[in-house]
Amino acid sequence: MIEIKNISKWYGAFRVLTDCTTQVEKGEVIVVCGPSGSGKSTLIKCVNGLEAFQQGDIFVNGTSVGDPKTNLPKLRSHVGMVFQHFELFPHMTITENLSIAQVKVLGRSRDEANERGMKLLDRVGLKPHAHKHPGQLSGGQQQRVAIARALSMDPICMLFDEPTSALDPEMVNEVLDVMVQLAHEGMTMMVVTHEMGFARKVSDRVIFMDQGSIVEDATKEDFFGKPRSERAQQFLSKILSH
Amino acid sequence: MSTWDWQVFCKETTSGEVASTCFGKGGDITYLDWLLSAWGWTLSVSVLALVVALVFGSLMGILRTTPHRGLVLLGNAWTELFRNIPLLVQIFLWYHVVPALFPILRGVPSFILVVMGLGLFTSARISEQVRAGIQSLAGGQRMAGLAMGFSLPQTYRHVLLPMAYRIIIPPLTSESMNIIKNSSVAFAVSISELTLFALQAQEETSRGIEVYLAVTGLYFISAFAINRAALFIENRVRVPGMIGGGGH
Repeated sequence: MIEIKNISKWYGAFRVLTDCTTQVEKGEVIVVCGPSGSGKSTLIKCVNGLEAFQQGDIFVNGTSVGDPKTNLPKLRSHVGMVFQHFELFPHMTITENLSIAQVKVLGRSRDEANERGMKLLDRVGLKPHAHKHPGQLSGGQQQRVAIARALSMDPICMLFDEPTSALDPEMVNEVLDVMVQLAHEGMTMMVVTHEMGFARKVSDRVIFMDQGSIVEDATKEDFFGKPRSERAQQFLSKILSH
Repeated sequence: MSTWDWQVFCKETTSGEVASTCFGKGGDITYLDWLLSAWGWTLSVSVLALVVALVFGSLMGILRTTPHRGLVLLGNAWTELFRNIPLLVQIFLWYHVVPALFPILRGVPSFILVVMGLGLFTSARISEQVRAGIQSLAGGQRMAGLAMGFSLPQTYRHVLLPMAYRIIIPPLTSESMNIIKNSSVAFAVSISELTLFALQAQEETSRGIEVYLAVTGLYFISAFAINRAALFIENRVRVPGMIGGGGH
């Protein structure tokens, strides 16, 4: 579904990604973790072309992201993305947030888009809030709306960029619950997160990054049981010690 | 100090006789007629220049935030060109130099030239505000728009600009009020607006205090009306749940 082949990226002279290679199969859930500044967010944003890369290529369902002839808006319209800071459109109601791209990008009728949006809003448990604006919801609620918004486009896979990092602790679980449910339904997911509980519970593989490189790419059993690299062992001992 | 004489506005401009209704009859005009006509010219210059300024200022401000280097350069050059030359000099450039360089503009009325001069001068300032408004939105909003599959123009249209314009309503209000006040430079190229009226009427009547107070009052009312209109718009488009928003 997603093939990342020898990706390298520079900001000026600074190399942020070094020769990253991995792939995500259909229905797989991949967790990407690593210390801050290791390039995990940059890597996931390369997948739908939000960040440009200078070497290598990425294929999403066979379509090259690096090819300048690729219709990136079209590719992005069926790759769902959820951001750390939600990024709902603040001037629109929740209903409009869920329907606008369906109407403007997919060409659905407004009624059809609203119906689809409502169904998804109900699914994340926020139907009574449809008429509100994002600023009137809590962080956890906003992130659930953001997930519903991404799903409204009927994506073939979902990218999550630290979806719970900006949330108050008591709101983390309501978002993770939605993600776990998605994973169980067979959605292909690539998730940048520090939530190791989530990784243990639903992920198929864990990718560990450090200084722009993929240091470890292993099944979750191997990653948590016997991480090969010293760097991953250190990382795990630090974040799992409490 | 002599006493004030507000009847000066009821005098006919040619005979100097006081008209009973304060308005001239049969082709004659009083100073009041002239004052109101001058006010009309001031408002016409201002409103048209504001339209020019908003169109070009928005366009250039938007270009400066795009990922295309050439467009950014164009927007930057435009902004620097029009904000680094004094307004009065720009008005003279439009009046004396531009028609000489482009013969096709020779027959263009000075009213249009002043509208262009004042409009483009202000467009540089509005471009700066539009750019700042767009850049004040977190970069994540642009990414969120693009990630939904919007093209770049759609991302501007549906995601970035609606918020950016809301944010810059206060500085845009100041700019709109400035246009009313700056339109006084039009007197320099003989547009019969309020300032030119004031200069000529006080010369003819020697009633400088009354004339200037009246003109001052009209400038104030015009600018203040814009201020109130902007406040109304600001309240109408306020986003619930945002800082200062209206709640549920």
